[in-house]
Amino acid sequence: MRRIISLILLAVVALGIALCVIHIPFGAPKTKVGNYYIDKGREQTGATNIVTSVVVNYRGFDTLGEVTVLFVAAIGVSAVLATLKKKFQKKIEPPSLVLNAGCRFLFPLVLFFGAYIFIHGHLTPGGGFQGGAIIASAFLLTYLGCRGRRISESRSKLTESLSGLVFVLVGLIGLAIGGHYFLYNFLPKGVLHSLLSAGIIPIIYIAIGFKVGSEIAGIIDKLVEES
Amino acid sequence: MNFIHNYIYYIGAFGLVFIGIYIILVKRNLIKVIIGLSILDTGINLFLISIGYISKGTAPIFSKIDMENAPMVDPVPQALVLTAIVIGVAVLALALSLAIRLYHHYGTLNLRKIKEQRW
Repeated sequence: MRRIISLILLAVVALGIALCVIHIPFGAPKTKVGNYYIDKGREQTGATNIVTSVVVNYRGFDTLGEVTVLFVAAIGVSAVLATLKKKFQKKIEPPSLVLNAGCRFLFPLVLFFGAYIFIHGHLTPGGGFQGGAIIASAFLLTYLGCRGRRISESRSKLTESLSGLVFVLVGLIGLAIGGHYFLYNFLPKGVLHSLLSAGIIPIIYIAIGFKVGSEIAGIIDKLVEES
Repeated sequence: MNFIHNYIYYIGAFGLVFIGIYIILVKRNLIKVIIGLSILDTGINLFLISIGYISKGTAPIFSKIDMENAPMVDPVPQALVLTAIVIGVAVLALALSLAIRLYHHYGTLNLRKIKEQRW
Protein backbone atom coordinates (compact mmCIF):
# COMPACT_ATOMS: atom_id res chain seq x y z
CA MET A 1 0.00 0.00 0.00
CA ARG A 2 2.72 2.39 1.04
CA ARG A 3 4.71 1.44 -2.03
CA ILE A 4 1.80 2.18 -4.39
CA ILE A 5 1.06 5.54 -2.78
CA SER A 6 4.74 6.48 -3.03
CA LEU A 7 4.92 5.48 -6.68
CA ILE A 8 1.80 7.49 -7.55
CA LEU A 9 3.20 10.51 -5.69
CA LEU A 10 6.53 10.16 -7.51
CA ALA A 11 4.79 9.88 -10.88
CA VAL A 12 2.89 13.11 -10.26
CA VAL A 13 6.06 14.91 -9.18
CA ALA A 14 7.95 13.49 -12.17
CA LEU A 15 5.30 14.77 -14.58
CA GLY A 16 5.49 18.26 -13.09
CA ILE A 17 9.28 18.34 -13.19
CA ALA A 18 9.37 17.01 -16.77
CA LEU A 19 7.02 19.79 -17.92
CA CYS A 20 9.40 22.37 -16.42
CA VAL A 21 12.74 20.84 -17.37
CA ILE A 22 11.82 20.26 -21.01
CA HIS A 23 12.03 24.02 -21.55
CA ILE A 24 15.66 24.17 -20.37
CA PRO A 25 17.82 23.49 -23.45
CA PHE A 26 20.85 21.35 -22.75
CA GLY A 27 24.24 22.80 -23.63
CA ALA A 28 23.10 26.36 -24.38
CA PRO A 29 24.79 29.33 -22.70
CA LYS A 30 22.47 30.72 -20.08
CA THR A 31 23.82 33.11 -17.50
CA LYS A 32 25.51 36.43 -18.18
CA VAL A 33 27.29 36.40 -14.84
CA GLY A 34 29.20 33.24 -15.78
CA ASN A 35 30.51 34.89 -18.94
CA TYR A 36 31.47 37.96 -16.93
CA TYR A 37 33.48 35.82 -14.51
CA ILE A 38 35.24 34.02 -17.37
CA ASP A 39 36.08 37.25 -19.19
CA LYS A 40 37.09 39.44 -16.25
CA GLY A 41 38.01 36.89 -13.57
CA ARG A 42 41.71 36.68 -14.39
CA GLU A 43 42.26 40.43 -14.35
CA GLN A 44 40.18 41.06 -11.26
CA THR A 45 41.41 38.23 -9.04
CA GLY A 46 44.61 36.91 -10.65
CA ALA A 47 43.49 33.28 -10.35
CA THR A 48 43.49 31.06 -13.43
CA ASN A 49 40.94 28.68 -11.93
CA ILE A 50 37.68 30.58 -12.37
CA VAL A 51 35.76 28.31 -10.00
CA THR A 52 38.25 29.20 -7.26
CA SER A 53 37.90 32.89 -7.95
CA VAL A 54 34.11 32.56 -7.72
CA VAL A 55 34.22 30.51 -4.52
CA VAL A 56 36.83 32.50 -2.64
CA ASN A 57 36.64 35.99 -4.06
CA TYR A 58 33.31 36.87 -5.66
CA ARG A 59 31.26 34.71 -3.32
CA GLY A 60 33.67 34.60 -0.39
CA PHE A 61 31.04 35.50 2.18
CA ASP A 62 28.99 32.53 1.01
CA THR A 63 32.02 30.30 1.56
CA LEU A 64 32.36 31.63 5.10
CA GLY A 65 28.77 30.53 5.70
CA GLU A 66 29.52 27.12 4.21
CA VAL A 67 32.54 26.63 6.47
CA THR A 68 30.34 27.67 9.40
CA VAL A 69 27.76 25.02 8.45
CA LEU A 70 30.48 22.36 8.47
CA PHE A 71 31.72 23.64 11.84
CA VAL A 72 28.22 23.52 13.34
CA ALA A 73 27.76 19.98 11.99
CA ALA A 74 31.05 18.89 13.61
CA ILE A 75 29.91 20.41 16.92
CA GLY A 76 26.54 18.70 16.50
CA VAL A 77 28.14 15.30 15.94
CA SER A 78 30.27 15.65 19.06
CA ALA A 79 27.29 16.94 21.08
CA VAL A 80 25.02 14.08 19.99
CA LEU A 81 27.64 11.41 20.62
CA ALA A 82 29.23 12.96 23.72
CA THR A 83 27.01 11.54 26.45
CA LEU A 84 26.76 8.09 24.93
CA LYS A 85 27.82 5.32 27.29
CA LYS A 86 29.70 2.40 25.89
CA LYS A 87 27.65 -0.71 26.47
CA PHE A 88 30.18 -3.30 25.46
CA GLN A 89 33.86 -3.39 24.81
CA LYS A 90 34.80 -4.93 21.50
CA LYS A 91 37.98 -6.89 21.15
CA ILE A 92 40.09 -5.36 18.44
CA GLU A 93 42.71 -7.47 16.80
CA PRO A 94 46.03 -5.75 16.19
CA PRO A 95 46.70 -5.14 12.48
CA SER A 96 49.13 -7.33 10.63
CA LEU A 97 52.65 -6.15 9.88
CA VAL A 98 51.99 -5.50 6.19
CA LEU A 99 48.89 -3.39 6.90
CA ASN A 100 50.62 -1.46 9.64
CA ALA A 101 53.78 -0.72 7.63
CA GLY A 102 51.78 0.12 4.49
CA CYS A 103 49.58 2.61 6.21
CA ARG A 104 52.51 4.21 8.02
CA PHE A 105 54.23 4.56 4.65
CA LEU A 106 51.18 5.98 2.85
CA PHE A 107 50.04 8.42 5.54
CA PRO A 108 52.62 11.22 4.91
CA LEU A 109 52.26 10.82 1.14
CA VAL A 110 48.49 11.30 1.30
CA LEU A 111 48.97 14.33 3.56
CA PHE A 112 51.47 15.75 1.08
CA PHE A 113 49.07 15.24 -1.83
CA GLY A 114 46.28 17.00 0.07
CA ALA A 115 48.58 19.93 0.81
CA TYR A 116 49.53 20.10 -2.88
CA ILE A 117 45.85 20.17 -3.87
CA PHE A 118 44.96 23.10 -1.64
CA ILE A 119 48.13 25.13 -2.21
CA HIS A 120 47.59 24.99 -5.99
CA GLY A 121 43.86 25.71 -5.71
CA HIS A 122 44.07 28.90 -7.77
CA LEU A 123 46.02 27.29 -10.64
CA THR A 124 44.77 23.74 -11.13
CA PRO A 125 41.56 21.81 -10.38
CA GLY A 126 41.14 21.43 -6.65
CA GLY A 127 41.11 23.72 -3.69
CA GLY A 128 40.68 23.93 0.03
CA PHE A 129 37.64 21.70 0.38
CA GLN A 130 39.03 18.94 -1.83
CA GLY A 131 42.47 19.10 -0.20
CA GLY A 132 40.89 19.05 3.25
CA ALA A 133 38.86 15.97 2.30
CA ILE A 134 42.05 14.22 1.11
CA ILE A 135 43.81 15.06 4.39
CA ALA A 136 40.84 13.67 6.34
CA SER A 137 41.02 10.51 4.20
CA ALA A 138 44.64 10.11 5.37
CA PHE A 139 43.39 10.08 8.96
CA LEU A 140 40.66 7.61 7.97
CA LEU A 141 43.42 5.38 6.56
CA THR A 142 45.21 5.35 9.90
CA TYR A 143 41.97 4.51 11.70
CA LEU A 144 41.25 1.60 9.37
CA GLY A 145 44.81 0.38 8.92
CA CYS A 146 46.75 0.87 12.12
CA ARG A 147 44.28 1.14 14.96
CA GLY A 148 45.39 2.63 18.21
CA ARG A 149 46.76 5.80 16.67
CA ARG A 150 44.39 8.64 17.52
CA ILE A 151 44.46 12.29 16.65
CA SER A 152 44.79 14.68 19.53
CA GLU A 153 41.43 16.36 20.03
CA SER A 154 42.76 19.59 21.50
CA ARG A 155 45.26 20.04 18.68
CA SER A 156 42.66 19.47 15.99
CA LYS A 157 40.36 21.99 17.71
CA LEU A 158 43.27 24.44 17.86
CA THR A 159 44.03 24.02 14.13
CA GLU A 160 40.38 24.46 13.27
CA SER A 161 39.95 27.61 15.36
CA LEU A 162 43.18 29.21 14.13
CA SER A 163 42.39 28.61 10.47
CA GLY A 164 38.85 29.92 10.90
CA LEU A 165 40.30 32.99 12.60
CA VAL A 166 42.72 33.52 9.69
CA PHE A 167 39.81 33.41 7.22
CA VAL A 168 37.75 35.97 9.13
CA LEU A 169 40.76 38.23 9.84
CA VAL A 170 41.86 38.34 6.19
CA GLY A 171 38.29 39.13 5.19
CA LEU A 172 38.01 41.91 7.77
CA ILE A 173 41.39 43.42 6.74
CA GLY A 174 40.08 43.47 3.17
CA LEU A 175 36.91 45.16 4.37
CA ALA A 176 38.96 47.81 6.22
CA ILE A 177 41.33 48.51 3.31
CA GLY A 178 39.00 48.18 0.35
CA GLY A 179 35.93 49.50 2.08
CA HIS A 180 33.57 47.86 -0.43
CA TYR A 181 33.05 44.27 0.53
CA PHE A 182 34.24 41.39 2.66
CA LEU A 183 37.36 39.57 1.34
CA TYR A 184 38.60 42.47 -0.77
CA ASN A 185 41.74 41.31 -2.60
CA PHE A 186 44.25 43.73 -1.08
CA LEU A 187 47.50 41.86 -1.81
CA PRO A 188 49.28 42.26 -5.18
CA LYS A 189 47.90 39.97 -7.86
CA GLY A 190 51.28 38.76 -9.12
CA VAL A 191 51.99 37.09 -12.43
CA LEU A 192 49.32 34.82 -13.89
CA HIS A 193 50.13 31.07 -13.82
CA SER A 194 52.67 31.41 -10.99
CA LEU A 195 52.32 29.94 -7.52
CA LEU A 196 52.58 33.23 -5.63
CA SER A 197 49.75 35.00 -7.41
CA ALA A 198 46.11 35.87 -6.92
CA GLY A 199 46.60 37.90 -3.74
CA ILE A 200 44.66 36.53 -0.78
CA ILE A 201 43.18 33.47 -2.54
CA PRO A 202 46.00 31.01 -1.62
CA ILE A 203 45.96 32.22 2.01
CA ILE A 204 42.20 31.71 2.28
CA TYR A 205 42.35 28.32 0.59
CA ILE A 206 45.17 27.09 2.84
CA ALA A 207 43.12 28.17 5.86
CA ILE A 208 40.03 26.41 4.46
CA GLY A 209 42.11 23.28 3.76
CA PHE A 210 43.34 23.06 7.35
CA LYS A 211 39.88 23.81 8.72
CA VAL A 212 38.00 21.28 6.58
CA GLY A 213 40.69 18.63 7.12
CA SER A 214 40.62 18.94 10.90
CA GLU A 215 36.81 19.12 11.01
CA ILE A 216 36.21 16.02 8.87
CA ALA A 217 38.99 14.17 10.73
CA GLY A 218 37.24 15.10 14.00
CA ILE A 219 33.90 13.80 12.67
CA ILE A 220 35.56 10.54 11.56
CA ASP A 221 37.23 10.27 14.97
CA LYS A 222 33.89 10.61 16.78
CA LEU A 223 32.12 8.11 14.51
CA VAL A 224 34.94 5.54 14.78
CA GLU A 225 35.05 5.93 18.52
CA GLU A 226 31.35 5.22 19.00
CA SER A 227 30.81 2.51 16.43
CA MET B 1 17.27 9.79 -30.60
CA ASN B 2 17.68 13.52 -30.55
CA PHE B 3 15.44 13.70 -27.48
CA ILE B 4 17.62 11.21 -25.63
CA HIS B 5 20.75 13.07 -26.68
CA ASN B 6 19.39 16.37 -25.43
CA TYR B 7 17.90 15.30 -22.14
CA ILE B 8 19.92 12.30 -21.00
CA TYR B 9 21.65 14.23 -18.20
CA TYR B 10 18.37 15.59 -16.88
CA ILE B 11 16.81 12.13 -17.03
CA GLY B 12 19.76 10.63 -15.16
CA ALA B 13 19.83 13.35 -12.54
CA PHE B 14 16.10 13.19 -11.84
CA GLY B 15 16.27 9.40 -11.94
CA LEU B 16 18.68 9.58 -9.02
CA VAL B 17 16.43 12.09 -7.25
CA PHE B 18 13.38 9.85 -7.61
CA ILE B 19 15.30 6.77 -6.48
CA GLY B 20 16.32 8.73 -3.39
CA ILE B 21 12.79 9.93 -2.63
CA TYR B 22 11.40 6.42 -3.15
CA ILE B 23 13.95 4.96 -0.72
CA ILE B 24 13.14 7.63 1.87
CA LEU B 25 9.40 6.97 1.56
CA VAL B 26 9.39 3.18 1.47
CA LYS B 27 12.39 1.72 3.33
CA ARG B 28 12.18 1.00 7.03
CA ASN B 29 15.82 0.74 7.98
CA LEU B 30 17.23 4.07 9.10
CA ILE B 31 20.62 3.48 7.46
CA LYS B 32 18.86 2.85 4.14
CA VAL B 33 16.90 6.08 4.55
CA ILE B 34 20.17 7.96 5.08
CA ILE B 35 21.62 6.32 1.95
CA GLY B 36 18.52 7.50 0.06
CA LEU B 37 19.11 11.04 1.31
CA SER B 38 22.66 10.87 0.00
CA ILE B 39 21.53 9.57 -3.42
CA LEU B 40 18.99 12.41 -3.65
CA ASP B 41 21.77 14.88 -2.86
CA THR B 42 23.94 13.44 -5.64
CA GLY B 43 21.09 13.70 -8.15
CA ILE B 44 20.52 17.37 -7.38
CA ASN B 45 24.25 18.10 -7.74
CA LEU B 46 24.32 16.33 -11.11
CA PHE B 47 21.31 18.35 -12.28
CA LEU B 48 22.91 21.67 -11.33
CA ILE B 49 26.16 20.75 -13.09
CA SER B 50 24.32 19.65 -16.24
CA ILE B 51 22.38 22.93 -16.33
CA GLY B 52 25.68 24.80 -16.42
CA TYR B 53 27.07 22.80 -19.33
CA ILE B 54 27.77 24.61 -22.59
CA SER B 55 28.24 22.59 -25.79
CA LYS B 56 31.88 21.56 -26.37
CA GLY B 57 32.93 23.61 -23.35
CA THR B 58 35.98 22.82 -21.25
CA ALA B 59 36.44 23.26 -17.52
CA PRO B 60 36.67 26.95 -16.56
CA ILE B 61 40.39 26.81 -15.80
CA PHE B 62 42.97 28.68 -17.88
CA SER B 63 45.63 26.05 -17.44
CA LYS B 64 47.40 26.89 -20.73
CA ILE B 65 48.38 30.29 -22.04
CA ASP B 66 46.54 30.03 -25.39
CA MET B 67 43.06 29.25 -24.16
CA GLU B 68 41.47 32.61 -24.87
CA ASN B 69 38.74 31.61 -27.28
CA ALA B 70 37.87 28.13 -26.08
CA PRO B 71 34.23 27.87 -24.91
CA MET B 72 34.00 27.23 -21.20
CA VAL B 73 31.20 25.87 -19.06
CA ASP B 74 29.45 28.12 -16.57
CA PRO B 75 31.57 28.41 -13.37
CA VAL B 76 28.71 29.54 -11.11
CA PRO B 77 26.85 26.18 -10.82
CA GLN B 78 30.18 24.46 -10.20
CA ALA B 79 30.94 26.79 -7.29
CA LEU B 80 27.42 26.27 -5.92
CA VAL B 81 27.75 22.49 -6.19
CA LEU B 82 31.08 22.68 -4.34
CA THR B 83 29.10 24.29 -1.53
CA ALA B 84 26.32 21.73 -1.80
CA ILE B 85 28.70 18.74 -1.61
CA VAL B 86 30.29 20.04 1.60
CA ILE B 87 26.88 20.68 3.15
CA GLY B 88 25.83 17.17 2.06
CA VAL B 89 28.79 15.71 3.93
CA ALA B 90 27.83 17.70 7.02
CA VAL B 91 24.20 16.52 6.84
CA LEU B 92 25.29 12.92 6.31
CA ALA B 93 27.61 12.99 9.34
CA LEU B 94 24.92 14.50 11.56
CA ALA B 95 22.30 11.99 10.37
CA LEU B 96 24.64 9.05 10.98
CA SER B 97 25.45 10.25 14.49
CA LEU B 98 21.72 10.57 15.23
CA ALA B 99 21.23 7.04 13.89
CA ILE B 100 23.96 5.75 16.24
CA ARG B 101 22.21 7.51 19.11
CA LEU B 102 18.82 6.02 18.19
CA TYR B 103 20.34 2.55 17.95
CA HIS B 104 21.85 2.85 21.42
CA HIS B 105 18.54 4.06 22.84
CA TYR B 106 16.08 1.66 21.19
CA GLY B 107 18.30 -1.25 20.25
CA THR B 108 16.99 -1.30 16.68
CA LEU B 109 17.20 0.70 13.47
CA ASN B 110 13.82 -0.45 12.14
CA LEU B 111 11.58 2.60 11.98
CA ARG B 112 8.43 0.48 12.37
CA LYS B 113 9.57 -0.73 15.78
CA ILE B 114 10.42 2.70 17.12
CA LYS B 115 7.06 3.95 18.33
CA GLU B 116 7.82 7.66 18.24
CA GLN B 117 9.05 7.43 14.65
CA ARG B 118 6.08 5.58 13.17
CA TRP B 119 4.08 7.29 10.43
